[in-house]
Amino acid sequence: MNLAAYFTYIATFVLMFLGLFIVMARGNLIKKLVGLGIFQTSVYFLYLGPAKLVGGTAPILSDAFKVYTNPLPHVLMLTAIVVGVATLALGLALVVRLREAYGSIEEDDILAQDQASAGATEAA
Amino acid sequence: MNWMQHAPALQVVAPLLAAPLIVLMRRLSWAYAIAVAACALAFFFSIGLWSQVQSTGVIAYAIGNWPPPWGIEYRVDALNAFILCLVSGTGMAVLLFSRSSNAHEVPSEQRYLFYAMFCLCLAGLLGMAITGDAFNIFVFLEISALSTYVLIAMGRQRQSLFAAYQYLILGTIGATFIVIGIGLIYLLTGTLNLVDMGQRLSQVDSMRPVYAAFAFISAGVFLKLALFPFHNWLPNAYTYAPTTVSAFLAATATKVSIYVLLRFYFTVFHLDAITPHLPLSLMLGALAIAAMFAGSATAIFQTDMKRLLAFSSVGQIGYIMLGIALFNASGLTAGLVHLFNHGITKGASFLLLGLVVTRLGGTQMSHLSGLGKTMPWTAFGLLICGLSLIGVPGTAGFISKLYLVRAALDLGLWWVALMVLLSSLLAVAYVWKFVEAAYFRPPPEQLPPSLANVTTWDMRLMALLLTLSTVYFGFDTRFTLGSAQAAAQYLLGAH
Amino acid sequence: MKHDLILRVIAKILIPFLLLFAVYVQFHGDFGPGGGFQAGVIIAAAVVFYALIFGLKAAHRMLPESWVESMMALGVILYAGVGVAGIVLGGNYLDYFVLDAHSTVHGQHRGIFWVEVGVATTVSGVMLKIFYMFADRGHLDRQDPAASQESAEL
Repeated sequence: MNLAAYFTYIATFVLMFLGLFIVMARGNLIKKLVGLGIFQTSVYFLYLGPAKLVGGTAPILSDAFKVYTNPLPHVLMLTAIVVGVATLALGLALVVRLREAYGSIEEDDILAQDQASAGATEAA
Repeated sequence: MNWMQHAPALQVVAPLLAAPLIVLMRRLSWAYAIAVAACALAFFFSIGLWSQVQSTGVIAYAIGNWPPPWGIEYRVDALNAFILCLVSGTGMAVLLFSRSSNAHEVPSEQRYLFYAMFCLCLAGLLGMAITGDAFNIFVFLEISALSTYVLIAMGRQRQSLFAAYQYLILGTIGATFIVIGIGLIYLLTGTLNLVDMGQRLSQVDSMRPVYAAFAFISAGVFLKLALFPFHNWLPNAYTYAPTTVSAFLAATATKVSIYVLLRFYFTVFHLDAITPHLPLSLMLGALAIAAMFAGSATAIFQTDMKRLLAFSSVGQIGYIMLGIALFNASGLTAGLVHLFNHGITKGASFLLLGLVVTRLGGTQMSHLSGLGKTMPWTAFGLLICGLSLIGVPGTAGFISKLYLVRAALDLGLWWVALMVLLSSLLAVAYVWKFVEAAYFRPPPEQLPPSLANVTTWDMRLMALLLTLSTVYFGFDTRFTLGSAQAAAQYLLGAH
Repeated sequence: MKHDLILRVIAKILIPFLLLFAVYVQFHGDFGPGGGFQAGVIIAAAVVFYALIFGLKAAHRMLPESWVESMMALGVILYAGVGVAGIVLGGNYLDYFVLDAHSTVHGQHRGIFWVEVGVATTVSGVMLKIFYMFADRGHLDRQDPAASQESAEL
């Protein structure tokens, strides 16, 4: 099995694991968003890698060519990229508001402040 | 020209067009009017589609007039017709409730945006339920999810921001898993149309990528429907969102995700090809039973009523998934009936809690003590909803529990039926917690004077309507049970 | 940065070409990489460049925030409107075949054209709105700490 032939797939799965690991292992809210972005990028590779056919040309109809690259995954991934951009923008806006409300963008700090205020209302 | 012919498309387009119109006309009264008009249109179309499906069978609508499988197709059959009715019906009720409720829970300069996001969320959920194209499911899933994150973040407390952020991270991971699964199936079959995928998947030679795709799609959808170990986003999201948003989410978001699961399991992956090789029934059943017990047990220890109801939702979703895990006609019927009944019940409970928040300012047990004296009708409504969650005869929850137990006994699994009954005892425990606070404790010394008597007639009417539906569907089951049975027959028969 | 002569001159020369390139990318989406989303982002990049060099106030004067909000909404309405036009003219939703009475190919051209214009409008509106929101926040913090409690609209 020629590993080099599966290069795109290997890159896909490496990025997938890296992205998920960053989301899970890092407590900084912006780093989590970065990890999410890396995870979504790996999905673009998953679709786009197999789209290019060996010997395929750009997908514009012409009599001179018989094999065309598949344009559908590119279109699907354009949509996915736009969704990713919207998610990232929303996430960053939430992080800005969280910074204003809590004074910190570390997940541990925020959870500790929530515990403290929940404890205060319990005692009250 | 015949507008009903285009009902599948117009049902999604009406709220989708309403959202930018609301953003253009920034005034609140216009925003509310446009939102109500769009929602009413969507509700009208979904009732029309349901009655059409009853008489003529599957409705297929080709977007852009490109014939499937090349084009995107909207497909209404017995399964999604009544889910469309559930989503648009609860959307209508919640929207009419939200006008007054938002005055207390959403900051004034954001209120018109609340309606825009609500319309987008509704359009996304309706689109997810009606489409017959796999990637279109992902697109509408993300539309509804992103607008949900914004709606949750509009809550009053700062914890709602973190709840929205947590849901954003987990929800995006779930949606991306679904896309990975769809990608794997697309690479296998070359098509994105669900029905066509199902036909082509039965002809592939190697099953390993099919299992991988199945695993990814299952994991992603489990995250979205908050099945037991994947439910972490749900309690915070329901507790800290504005109460109208909690009501809408509890009634629709997880239910449409369950529909997506069923659609993928039965139409795309023909289950009789998968179940000999993967112990799917066992796995799903184990998770469902864990959800039933873990959700109901955690609910008993909560002091905030909204959080209690959120954990109760986790448990009730366990019942739905248990019905589906049995994979026979009566099991699927039970699961689908409980999907509808639980949607109505939780919607009603959260709307009643919205009345409590408006009048008393909070939903902690300290606010709720003496509710039987301060707000007697609301307390009685919450009691009825609690009885429906337990499954007492005379409420909608009883019908679903009855069919669930019957489905388990049909397969000879008496211990599963025992589990259902035991977890209903846990539900008795957390409903008793509310009853004790409301009826057996004295009301707080000072009722906040400025908030007295501010529940307006439209809020009370909508809460009453949904609570009455909880009781009504316990007696007249033609719509719920009939649709669920038709859907189960369709899923198991047509594949 | 508006006091730096070189940056100002280069910006004044480049921004028209940026916008022209955006229009080129918009209309060549059928035959090469491009289309509505890419063009919208390039337009937004041009305006952001202007804001970086000449200041946020100048950018607000040139493209007020209410216009940007309207652009966001108008693009979606245009896209959905093309779909409804398909219904009104006798076809299905988003049916481009019926948009031209004589030729279905021309109908497809028209449909894609207007749909991509809608996409470009919305995308540039959204990107600019995001930029204005984030940039205004820091701005408000410096000017008036109390005003930084403004609610975020997205």
